[in-house]
Amino acid sequence: MSDTPVKIEIQGLKKSFGANHVLRGIDLTIPAGKSLVVIGGSGSGKSVLLKSVLGLVKPDRGSIKVDGCNIARHTAGDKKFVAAQTGMLFQGAALFDSLKVWENVAFRLLYGEGKKRAPSKEKAMDCLAQVGLAPEVGELRPPELSGGMKKRVSLARAIASDPQILFFDEPTTGLDPIMSDVINNLIVERVRAIGATAISITHDMASARKIADEVAMLYEGVIIWRGSPDALDNSGNPMVDQFVHGRADGPIQMQVRKFKRR
Amino acid sequence: MNPIAAVGRLSLDVLGEVGRMTNFAIEGALAAVTPPFFWRPFLQSLARIGYASLPVVGLTALFTGGALALNIYEGSIFPDANAFIPQILGVSIVRELGPVLAALMVAGRCSSAMAAEIGAMRVTEQIDAMSTLSVNPFRYLVGPRILATTIAMPLLVLTADIIGVYGGYLVSVYLLDMSAPIYINTLVDFISHEDVTSGLIKATVFGFLIAVMGCYYGYRSSGGATGVGNATRTAVVAAAVSIFAANYVLTSLFVDF
Repeated sequence: MSDTPVKIEIQGLKKSFGANHVLRGIDLTIPAGKSLVVIGGSGSGKSVLLKSVLGLVKPDRGSIKVDGCNIARHTAGDKKFVAAQTGMLFQGAALFDSLKVWENVAFRLLYGEGKKRAPSKEKAMDCLAQVGLAPEVGELRPPELSGGMKKRVSLARAIASDPQILFFDEPTTGLDPIMSDVINNLIVERVRAIGATAISITHDMASARKIADEVAMLYEGVIIWRGSPDALDNSGNPMVDQFVHGRADGPIQMQVRKFKRR
Repeated sequence: MNPIAAVGRLSLDVLGEVGRMTNFAIEGALAAVTPPFFWRPFLQSLARIGYASLPVVGLTALFTGGALALNIYEGSIFPDANAFIPQILGVSIVRELGPVLAALMVAGRCSSAMAAEIGAMRVTEQIDAMSTLSVNPFRYLVGPRILATTIAMPLLVLTADIIGVYGGYLVSVYLLDMSAPIYINTLVDFISHEDVTSGLIKATVFGFLIAVMGCYYGYRSSGGATGVGNATRTAVVAAAVSIFAANYVLTSLFVDF
C-alpha cells in the first residue's frame, strides 16, 4: 500500500466536547483507491473522526490533508473542496423524505450543480440500477422503502457524482445478514468500479472483513492497531482480539453501573 | 446559589439567544434574496404556507367579522348602532384583527411545521447529508421558507380583510337588518388607503418573523424526538409573542406618522 499516493493524511487530530475528549490524537494515512475500515466500540469516536474528515465537525487540533490540502481549518472553501469530491452513506440513510427517490439520488446534480431535471433523472435511474433497484423505485418516496432499500438508495446517492472519496457510516447496521452481505458486495463493487478511496466505520466484523483493504481499531480516541483484515484474528493485540470476538471480559471494560438493592 | 450570579447568567443567556436569532434572521434574509435561488422548494413553500392556509385564515376572518359586528351592535349605547358597524369593523379588521389573527393562524400552522420538519431533518442527519452533497442546507431550507412566508402573508391578510368585512356584512345585513348599500358605502368611505397599507406592511413583517422563528428553532434543534417537540413548541410561542410585540411597535409607528 505504501507505493500508492496518499489520498487522506490525518495527523494529531484532537476533538473534545466539553470535558469529553473524544479524539486524543489520531494519525492515519489512507492511500488513493484503498478502503480503510475503522472499527471500535460505541462512543470510541468513530463517527466524530468521520465527520471531522467530512468537514461536518471542526477539529480542535491536528491536520486533515486531502490531496495534500489541509481542510482542518474548516473554512467554507475547505468544506466545498471536500464536498465536491466525496460521497457519504449515512447510518440511517438520511434520505430526504419530501423528495422522490430519484430526486434524492440526483440531489447534488439538481441543486448542487444546477443540472436540468431530465438528464439528472436519467443519471439517477442509472445509479439506482447499479445498486440493483428497479426504475419504479425511483418514483417512490423514502418512507415507502424498506431498510435495505434505503441503504441502497443512499449508496446510489453517494456514487451519483462519481466521487473520489466515499464514506460509509455503519453501512449494515439494522439489516439482516443476507441484506448486509448484499450491501457489502455493492460497496466493494462500486468502490472498485469508481476507483474511489473509501473510509468506513462499523461494528460489523463480517462487513469489515469484506470491504476493507486495511482495518484500524479506535479505542478511547486513539488508533491502537492497524493491519490487514486477514490479520484481525491474529492481531497480537488483546483489545482487538476481545472486540473481534465480541467478549465481555478483557482489557476493554464497558461502563456498566451496578445498582444494589437496599 | 448567588442570586446576582443567577440573574447575570440569565441575562447573558437571553442576550446570547437574541444575538443568535438576529444573526440567523439577517443571514436568512440574505439567503432569501441573493443567489443561488432554489425555486422548487420556494414554490412548494409558497403553496404550503400561502394556498393551504387560505381555508383556516378565511374561516377565522369570517367568524371574527361576524362576531365583531354583533359586539359593536350590542355594545353600542346609540339607538342607530348598526350605522357604526361598517366604520368600526372595517378599520378594526384591516388595521389590527386581519393581520394579527391571520398571522397567529399561520404561525400555529406553519411555524410549528417548519420547526418540526427542519428539526427532524437535523436529528436524522439529513442536514449533514445536504452539506456532503455540495448544497448549503441553510440556503436550501431557510431562504425559500422566509421568502415564501414573507410574500404569502400580505396576500393572505388581504384575503382575510375581504372575508372579515364580508362576515360583518352577512351579520349586519341578514341579522341586524342593515341596508346592504349603506354597509358597503359606509365601509368604502371610512377605510382609507393608509389603513390597508399599514395592515399589509404588518403582514409582511409578521410573515418574516413566523418563518424566522420556525426555521431558527428547527435548525438548532437537537436531542431526538423530545428536542424536535421542544423546538416546535418554542417556535410557535416565540412566533406568537414576536407578532404581538411587532404589532405594538408597528402600530405606534403608524399612529405617530
